[in-house]
Amino acid sequence: MSFLEVTAFLFEGFKISLLIFAVTLLCGAPLGLPIAFCSMSRFKVVKAISKVFVWIIRGVPLMLQIFIIYYVPGLLFDFQIFSQVDRYFFIEYGIADAGRIFAVLIAFTINYACYFSEIYRGGIESISRGQYEAGYVLGLTKSQIFRKIILKQVIQRIVPPMSNEIITLIKDTALANCIVVCEIIKQAKELAATKALVWPLFYTGVFYLLFVGVLTIVLGQVEKKLKYFRS
Amino acid sequence: MTALEVKNLQKSFGKTQVLKGIDFSLDKGQVLVILGSSGSGKTTLLRCLNFLETPDTGSITVGGKVLYDSNDAATLDDETIRQNRLHFGLVFQNFNLFPQYTALQNVTLAPTLLKKATPQAIEEQGKQLLTRVGLADKMGNYPYQLSGGQQQRVAIARALALHPEVLCFDEPTSALDPELTSEVLRVIRGLKSADSTMIVVTHEMDFARSVADKVIYMADGVIEEMGTAEEVFENPQREKTKAFLRGAKEAF
Ligand SMILES: Nc1ncnc2c1ncn2[C@@H]1O[C@H](COP(=O)(O)OP(=O)(O)O)[C@@H](O)[C@H]1O
Ligand SMILES: [Mg+2]
Repeated sequence: MSFLEVTAFLFEGFKISLLIFAVTLLCGAPLGLPIAFCSMSRFKVVKAISKVFVWIIRGVPLMLQIFIIYYVPGLLFDFQIFSQVDRYFFIEYGIADAGRIFAVLIAFTINYACYFSEIYRGGIESISRGQYEAGYVLGLTKSQIFRKIILKQVIQRIVPPMSNEIITLIKDTALANCIVVCEIIKQAKELAATKALVWPLFYTGVFYLLFVGVLTIVLGQVEKKLKYFRS
Repeated sequence: MTALEVKNLQKSFGKTQVLKGIDFSLDKGQVLVILGSSGSGKTTLLRCLNFLETPDTGSITVGGKVLYDSNDAATLDDETIRQNRLHFGLVFQNFNLFPQYTALQNVTLAPTLLKKATPQAIEEQGKQLLTRVGLADKMGNYPYQLSGGQQQRVAIARALALHPEVLCFDEPTSALDPELTSEVLRVIRGLKSADSTMIVVTHEMDFARSVADKVIYMADGVIEEMGTAEEVFENPQREKTKAFLRGAKEAF
């Protein structure tokens, strides 16, 4: 196999990695917000449930969570939903792995939403009471205070930790190969098994590095844009 | 004309009673200076007036309208409290400017959100207020680009933008370097007029004496002594007041 052919073959896998990355970010980031609000709730029960949930999700390896999402429905209800989805999409559209990818997306979204929620909570709680009180004294409503005063300060503070998580996320997508989803490393392993080519496995690192490079530049720009004020 | 009437205001945090029944009234255009050592309840009193704390008992009446009465539950819902806050303004010890907004935006934010006037009129007013506090050339600066004294002057302009009936200052110069206090005190003194009623908590004795129409000395949550500036400063009746004033004199 030529270098170009290997590159193209690996890129097919990297598309799946990017899909997991994008969906997790687009769904997990908003989902983190309600979880953060629950963790700060005045209602003790809501707060406790939320905190225990976040503790479990952050305390258990993501790989194990993928296994649980993928296998547990079959074990509990004798209905392997993700295999069914796999088969359906393969027969109808000729798309492989759809069900497995779906399972991975659920696990990743929940997992990252919990990490994001903790970043949001830390950011919101780091804003001084004085900012809220200055808003109250001016007769503003709670929602105006949050949207017009607090939010931007929170965003400025959470961009650096969010950038960290986002960079971790692209590398975590490799975990999808634990249920045999054809992300890039799985593709490389396939070449090793069928063509006795080992070097593509190491070559996958270049894909990650290039993508992380782009992310670093983009996130750095965002951070710089938000630095026009100091709080 | 009575601008503000406070009756039997009491406030406890847990088991500690911080305000033990505060009564006073203030006429329109008067400046009330509140003196008292740290922990005597001055901040808590101002926070009660601005509805940042809910008094346990008592009543607050502004311009003849009862804003708060502990015997009347109707004065306690969120929207009523928000409306009530508009009768008062509060300038904080540590400014609490909004860091992501320029000086001018800090002043115009609340009037804009509360739709007090047209955007042009609000901006025009904002510029006038900043000019009045001596910051005509700093309107576009963010708070971090201003000195403490300038920040506090923006905070004063911000409070004035809503035309509160009673404007409160909680130790407005305590967080400032000594060389910056005079510019802020000068601005506050300049606000004194027939139709601006103010309450100032301060430790600046010369300023207090010169600006006050009425002085309250607070100790341990009660009004220990109340009178005109002359009465309290020249001829204090209570031992605690005398000791406090002596201490203040020695400190400077
Ligand atoms: N939120 C609070 N919870 C508990 N105690 C408080 C609270 N706010 C103030 N206090 C207490 O009330 C007393 C009076 O405080 P404060 O009104 O800030 O006094 P001052 O402004 O005169 O120094 C202090 O002993 C303080 O510890
Ligand atoms: Mg105080």
